[in-house]
Amino acid sequence: MIGFLVKRLGLMALTALVLTFVVFALTNLEPNLEKLAKEQNFSRMSDEQVASWLEKEGYNRPLVNRYAEWVIQAGSGDLGQSTRFREPVASILGPRLWLTAKLMFWVMIVMVPCALALGVLAGMREGSRTDRTLSTVAIASTATPEYVSGVILVTIFASSAVGLKWLKGSATSAAENITFENFALPVATMALYGMGYIARMTRASMAEVMTAQYIRTARLKGVSFPRIVVGHALRNALIAPFTVIMLQFPWLLTGVVIVETLFNYKGFGWLLVEAASNNDIELLLSCSVVAVVVVLATQLISDIGYVFLNPRIRVR
Amino acid sequence: MEPLGWGAIFARMALAFWPVWLSLAAVFALSIGLRRRLGLYGRLFDSPMGMIGLALVLFWVFAAVFADVIAPFGPLEQYSGMKNIKPGAFLGDDGGVFLLGGDNLARDVFSRMVHGARTVLEIAPAATLFAFMVGITLGLPAGFFGGTVDTVLSFLANLVLAFPVILLFYLLVTPEMRETAIPTALAATLFVFPIVFFLLLFWSRYGEDPARAAPFIGTTLVLGLWVYSGLAFNADPLGVFSMDPNLLNIFVSVVFVNAPTVFRIVRGLGMDIKTRDYVAAAQTRGEGAWYIMLWEILPNVRGPLIVDFCLRLGYTTILLGTLGFFGLGVSPESPDWGMTINEGRRLLSIYPHPALPPALALISMVLGLNLLADGLREQSMKD
Repeated sequence: MIGFLVKRLGLMALTALVLTFVVFALTNLEPNLEKLAKEQNFSRMSDEQVASWLEKEGYNRPLVNRYAEWVIQAGSGDLGQSTRFREPVASILGPRLWLTAKLMFWVMIVMVPCALALGVLAGMREGSRTDRTLSTVAIASTATPEYVSGVILVTIFASSAVGLKWLKGSATSAAENITFENFALPVATMALYGMGYIARMTRASMAEVMTAQYIRTARLKGVSFPRIVVGHALRNALIAPFTVIMLQFPWLLTGVVIVETLFNYKGFGWLLVEAASNNDIELLLSCSVVAVVVVLATQLISDIGYVFLNPRIRVR
Repeated sequence: MEPLGWGAIFARMALAFWPVWLSLAAVFALSIGLRRRLGLYGRLFDSPMGMIGLALVLFWVFAAVFADVIAPFGPLEQYSGMKNIKPGAFLGDDGGVFLLGGDNLARDVFSRMVHGARTVLEIAPAATLFAFMVGITLGLPAGFFGGTVDTVLSFLANLVLAFPVILLFYLLVTPEMRETAIPTALAATLFVFPIVFFLLLFWSRYGEDPARAAPFIGTTLVLGLWVYSGLAFNADPLGVFSMDPNLLNIFVSVVFVNAPTVFRIVRGLGMDIKTRDYVAAAQTRGEGAWYIMLWEILPNVRGPLIVDFCLRLGYTTILLGTLGFFGLGVSPESPDWGMTINEGRRLLSIYPHPALPPALALISMVLGLNLLADGLREQSMKD
């Protein structure tokens, strides 16, 4: 187990290093730097002035050197200065990540139980009418990306012209204080898209477990059907979905960005969009690194969790 | 004149789609008549869900083909007095109806929705196909040979997969990026794979008989390099194939995002199939590795690959919509669904009608593709 962990952590560190280098290179492209120079000084700089400014600020040194410097700096907690917010990146990132964490928490609370229930109910009697109906619901949910369901939900529940007018179409006020009224729509929008995929995985895994020998034995012994499902099948059927739920994180990030833009909730996704659209190189770089590290960490957790949940897998 | 009621609007819309209904009826009548002779495609007509999926997909395909006939107005045309107008309003006295109202720039929402299908169907299938070519050409050797080839390729694929898609798009699809050589370099790398794929395909089959191999390989090289020079470098000597730099940037990014997933699927399938008896038989006959991969393994994994192709096409449609939603789409004016939703959402709480039609169009198309994939999977499992 220790060897496995060390190997995984080593691979993860290597991946993180390569990926952050790629991000560093992509955010520090020649045209980006030129734009930065013009933003920092004045917009009608001549090419020579741009070149001399870049030279003075040290942007002309080899990429690898600058990357190494950035890694050392970032390691000591200094993530640079945001040009968009005129503040240190590290002090901006924290509160935004916390807001997104709250959003993710509620999304998970809504999405995971719904998806598992949907999948287990559909998979316990494969091919039945319940199965067909619920599977179609799951397929429909995977076909509805956040920017579509968000628009539809806002029209139905929050539009001031038509619809029910129950909820708010903006989640800006949720940053201070979360209420059902301002947070239900963003959470529902995000949960809807991810739900179908997890439900389908759960269904497939449940259907497979239900054909296993020990389930048949339990049936022949006369154990009641609900008891079979809850007591015998459920734990084994939930191994595969666990991995899937953990691997959903990179997908959820896209959802976070869309939902936070759509509902104007100023979290991490919103920050990423601000950084990218304002050519805020240091901020975008830090956001990217956070995103990549989160993805890699969830991959690691899913691998370890898989081993713990499934005693048949032995790692050396 | 009084604006039309919702009943009349729907009736008129149904009427506007007449070429689509006609083509759909023709396709379905023909296919159901011949379904016993059409293999997997024919068996699709035994599953109601698969049929609904196919109908939805074909609906948008035909809508894209006949967009000029269906749409009463041009997708970019602006009409004074029609800004944000309610659905069913008349343009002048006999100028036609804005069936689904007008958008913020006084364009007809219905016409834009119909033309949006064209934008999506121009890019998504081609991008998915390229991603499959890359994934297959790299995934087969990784699965078949294993070892170092597999380790290196898998590491690279996992690198790309560890990138959150949205981040990759924000880094790759930017105006600054277009000023650099990166999109061209990526295109030059990715677009080589289809040529390599076909060369290997023909060479592994006819390689021992140069006389038979020559026409195939010659055609591939001439045609492939011609298209390649046009698409990747915009240097087609005859000027037939070319791609706008922005479009190329988007196209390459979508292929780049999709290819590693295809790679993983093909690799897994290859590892599974290579232990089969017919592979061993081919090895005993002394067939080359590429022959076995492309002519023994690949035809036998077509079922899962076709299913995944449908799913991936839906996913690509969603991706293109995401790009449009963030304003990174094909061109600022294009009727692309994602972009139209993005434009419409700003005024969503006052005027919901410009944003809803493209949203529903996108759902119905992706849903159709997913149902189609599900139907195909169900039918191919019956083998």
